Amino acid sequence: MAIDTTAPEAPLGAAPPPAAPAPHRPVWLQQNVLTAIVLAVAGFALGHWAGNRIAGGYPNVAGASGENEVAICLSLGLGVLGWLLGIGALNYPIAKMFGREAIQEPYNPSWTRFFKFSTDHKVVGVQYFFGVITFFFTAGLLAMAIRTELLYPTNHLIGPGTYIEIVGEHGTMMMMMASSAVVGPLGNYLVPLMIGARRTAFPRIEATSFWLFTAGYLVILTALPFGGFPTGWTGYAPLQTQASGGMDSYLVGFAVIGLGMILAGFNLIATIIHYRAPGMTWARVPVFVWSILATSALLALATPTLVTAGLFGILDRTAQTAFYVNERGGSSFLWENLFWFFGHPEVYIMALPGFGIVAEILPVFTRKPVFAYRVATAGMFGVALLSFFVWQHHLFQSGINPDMRPLYMLTTELISIPTGFIYLVTLGTLWRARIRFEVPMLFALGMLFNFLIGGVTGVFLSDVPVDVTVHGSFFVMAHFHYTIMGGLIFALFAGIYYWTPKVTGRQFDQRLGKIHFWCMFVFFNCTFFPLFILGLLGMPRRVFTYAANLQFLNDFSSVSAYLLGTSFLIFVANFIWTIVIEPRPAPANPWGSLGLEWQTPTPVPYYNFERIPVVMNDPYHYAEADADPVADISLPPPAVAMNRPPAAQAIEP
Amino acid sequence: MRMARSTRIALVAVVLGIATGLIVFVGMAYVRTSPPTVDFATGHRAGQAVNVHMQTVGTYGKGTHPTWVSYLIQDPKTGRWVHTTLLDVPADTRVNFTIYQFDSGSPLRNQQVGLVQGTIGGKMSVNGKSLRLLNSYSNAGVAHTFSIPTLGVNVPLLGVSSPNLCGVAPCSTARWPHNVVRFSFVTPKAVGQYAWQCFVPCGAGWLYGNGGPMQTIGYMDGLLKVVQA
Amino acid sequence: MAETNGSSSPPTGTTGSGTPEPPHAKRMITFWLIISLVVDVLYYTLAGPHMPPGDMTSAASGAQFDLNILMICALPVILGVWTYLGYALYNFREGRPGTLLTGPMAHGNFRLQVGWMVGTTVLVLGLFVFGTAELIIPAGAGGGEGPDPIWTPTSHTVLPIQVIGQQWKWTYRYPTYGGFETTSLVIPDNTTIAFHVTSLDVIHDFWAYQLGIKADANPQQDNVAFTTTHQLGQFTVRCDELCGLWHGAMYGFGHVVTKAAFAAWATRTEAQLAANTKLLPPFQWTYVPDANGADGGYYPDNVDPYSKVEIYGAQKAKV
Repeated sequence: MAIDTTAPEAPLGAAPPPAAPAPHRPVWLQQNVLTAIVLAVAGFALGHWAGNRIAGGYPNVAGASGENEVAICLSLGLGVLGWLLGIGALNYPIAKMFGREAIQEPYNPSWTRFFKFSTDHKVVGVQYFFGVITFFFTAGLLAMAIRTELLYPTNHLIGPGTYIEIVGEHGTMMMMMASSAVVGPLGNYLVPLMIGARRTAFPRIEATSFWLFTAGYLVILTALPFGGFPTGWTGYAPLQTQASGGMDSYLVGFAVIGLGMILAGFNLIATIIHYRAPGMTWARVPVFVWSILATSALLALATPTLVTAGLFGILDRTAQTAFYVNERGGSSFLWENLFWFFGHPEVYIMALPGFGIVAEILPVFTRKPVFAYRVATAGMFGVALLSFFVWQHHLFQSGINPDMRPLYMLTTELISIPTGFIYLVTLGTLWRARIRFEVPMLFALGMLFNFLIGGVTGVFLSDVPVDVTVHGSFFVMAHFHYTIMGGLIFALFAGIYYWTPKVTGRQFDQRLGKIHFWCMFVFFNCTFFPLFILGLLGMPRRVFTYAANLQFLNDFSSVSAYLLGTSFLIFVANFIWTIVIEPRPAPANPWGSLGLEWQTPTPVPYYNFERIPVVMNDPYHYAEADADPVADISLPPPAVAMNRPPAAQAIEP
Repeated sequence: MRMARSTRIALVAVVLGIATGLIVFVGMAYVRTSPPTVDFATGHRAGQAVNVHMQTVGTYGKGTHPTWVSYLIQDPKTGRWVHTTLLDVPADTRVNFTIYQFDSGSPLRNQQVGLVQGTIGGKMSVNGKSLRLLNSYSNAGVAHTFSIPTLGVNVPLLGVSSPNLCGVAPCSTARWPHNVVRFSFVTPKAVGQYAWQCFVPCGAGWLYGNGGPMQTIGYMDGLLKVVQA
Repeated sequence: MAETNGSSSPPTGTTGSGTPEPPHAKRMITFWLIISLVVDVLYYTLAGPHMPPGDMTSAASGAQFDLNILMICALPVILGVWTYLGYALYNFREGRPGTLLTGPMAHGNFRLQVGWMVGTTVLVLGLFVFGTAELIIPAGAGGGEGPDPIWTPTSHTVLPIQVIGQQWKWTYRYPTYGGFETTSLVIPDNTTIAFHVTSLDVIHDFWAYQLGIKADANPQQDNVAFTTTHQLGQFTVRCDELCGLWHGAMYGFGHVVTKAAFAAWATRTEAQLAANTKLLPPFQWTYVPDANGADGGYYPDNVDPYSKVEIYGAQKAKV
């Protein structure tokens, strides 16, 4: 149970006692994103120089190929290290290593805090939001390029080499983004507020996970100037071993992102388990927090496999080991197994938070409790557990363990049972409700519609005889875009529209929000539904040439994709106008939610809760006049509050 | 964050402007990396054959990848050697290829591509001698192949057995040892872009000899763009 | 999923009100049953026979049958959720008459929950049993079964054809006709065929769409897929695993011809290619491209990367 009920006066984390004012640096020595860029560039140059010094003389490294992978990997690795040093992520461990107290920056209420290493979970949440949006729009532009190339069956507008690079870059960036899309911004921001905590368990680790996320973005971007990578996001070896420099960016980038995912997962697991307020029993934990807990478990347990697999790949490419090269005693199956052992839980890392958001939002707009709350949590953990036992369904035709195919068909189909629980919960919540079609509710319903198609087509893919036709085709592509884009991204936008009034104190224009939803919903389905048909008609993934009779469907999908891309401009315009330029103040609790996060003042004070709340009920007792209130967050008598020295609140934990 | 409304608008406009500029700049710079296309189609008269001259060099010798093996195409109008593998040819037309081959040879990864296929008469002429098959395990081996798998065209190019090889492109036929390979085929009636490539593991230093130049358009891979003349 | 929506009686409201609730569940289930039946029948009669991958071979018609059965199960599920969503969003929206469900029934309904779980489990297990039968009975359903398939065809006359993937084309060797290697894929009608798929470099995937065959081409791995041809005609071959620059151009066409035409073609081609067949390595199920010449000198083995030994099946140089 949560035990952190101390008043703000007491030391939190490593904060020095309030009597001694915290030592801090002059402004010109403070670290921010600019110092991070400077040190990252310096690290990059140093790594390049060192790589050429160390390995440039070996003909097998840099001779005939004319490319020194050691230099590329070292420059990327040291660049990331420089980035972390520059932002100040390593100040604390380095100071402790030398037996000193780390210098604490004073709490910085100005807007510059968003460009610094901040241990405030609310700042990290907002940073993650902008990071995820940048990631998403970059990869989204690449998707437009993919659809442009596919306008013609044999004529190439972009060029096959560039096309393959763009496909890989789009897939990899989207996967990297989607694994943190909800956990990063909403998980970090909301989980402490929802469980009545003042901070997360490991604020420095939390902040470091964000700066690793941004470093991963920069590293994967370098793939394009290094010549891209030809493998798609799955990075299959030995094509991986054969590829040129962009592959190093893929491997290092996934390792860096993976490290951030592991750290983010551990932090949230520890927070949810140990930082719940008194009375926040497991039966009262909001569904969204449950989903983040299940996701974090997957992040912490599945991602290490990816980092290890990537390390093997880097060794194969730099030190010429042969983990994945059959001729030298390795196995190309090894990468397939390791990658998908991570890759399938990864799929649920991207699905579960979406379930959580939808189940969390529905009760507010139906004025009903979550239907079958325990089934919802059981469903999420059922999915999380089973997701570790299904990975070979990606390899049904590969010739690996062919006799085990019925088993993996069974486990894969079993996973649709706990997934079905989520539908029981959401549909049950709608039963005899009082439904309000606000913007977040529309996005949540859109997610239910899309994920249904994504989920049902998943059963087709799990069936081995049908999979012989649809494996590796556009059918698979359509399937996972329906689950990730149609599921997670719709849920993410539901969350964005729902919680923005809490985060910013400002409200989106609801009419523009509805236009955004309808454009996105219609054009999403117009873009991706034809891809199911294309896959069934025999169009493989990642090709730039297709049969001439498939042109109409491809063009229909491409034009819809442009319109889908345009629909996001509505969101951007809405955001810029009503949040930034002409802020519209939001009511304190615009949706009438019972959630604990809405009981805090807006903007949320640095310490979240003046006093740790005592939770008395779960936040879903809508329209029940006699239900207990969710929590007692009333302040102590004013005299006590006024006695509190204001300086004490200004120390970061 | 107290700012005047006009300041906020200006700030947002500047940020959006920079972002758009960056996207356009990076996008254009990226797409423009494609090598040029040599035009054999414009001004072509029906019934007339098209003559294409190419050369293959062991190392391109300059630029970003001096160690990479490469094809070059001679521009028919200027007579200059262009470092590219993209060419426009008219549809349903006989194309006579002449390839000046300056590189050393090796055995093939798969001797199946030692067969001449898809050319007129199923043969090629090597230094004036007509051949249907190259044994890559004998003589000087095969240096490269000119293959368009989707059209069924495959021509192995005999290697040069001399220690004195041209290292900087373009190579002069007067100065460096080489083989002259001639063959012809008729382009398909359907317009479209047909991938062509080399099947010899000649990307030295890359796994299976098939990375780097072997997977880069402008070096050992290209597009035969069949257009309506 | 939908069939359990009404498997128990509709939850009743606890907030007292004068007008009784209309029979929501009964209405929905009736509508759902009718529309599911209509759509399923329409699908099976109109679309079913034309669903991919057609019925050119046993594997293809098996996959088509399987796809149709799955569609017949999936359509009612999708229609059920859509019916429910449509009904609920219209009838339970704010401002409509009717009472808001509160109290314990709003928090959960034990019978409904159990019914849902049992329903989905029965459906899923049924699909698993059906899928397994459809995998085992037609000898692997056309999918790659690795080097030692345990589900093999009953026919005693199986024509083996080796499919070799390399960056970026497919070639085919016919071991029963002297092991010639060609770029054309021609197969006889009414014959059980074993495709032995392998690769000389990276991972490819042999997808003969109309044959219902898909098998990864792994280096040094013999991946076997079976099918029996039923119809004459042309079929498409594509690479279905990203294998580098020209992955998208790695396609071609094959032909199913009569047995007599096939025999004539094979003997003719065997004779035509005899000179080159002699140069090929002896027929094997997998080939070990040499670690020096054929790997371009990637590994530092102190061997001249262009040495003329041990290329593609360890053939010695004939200098």
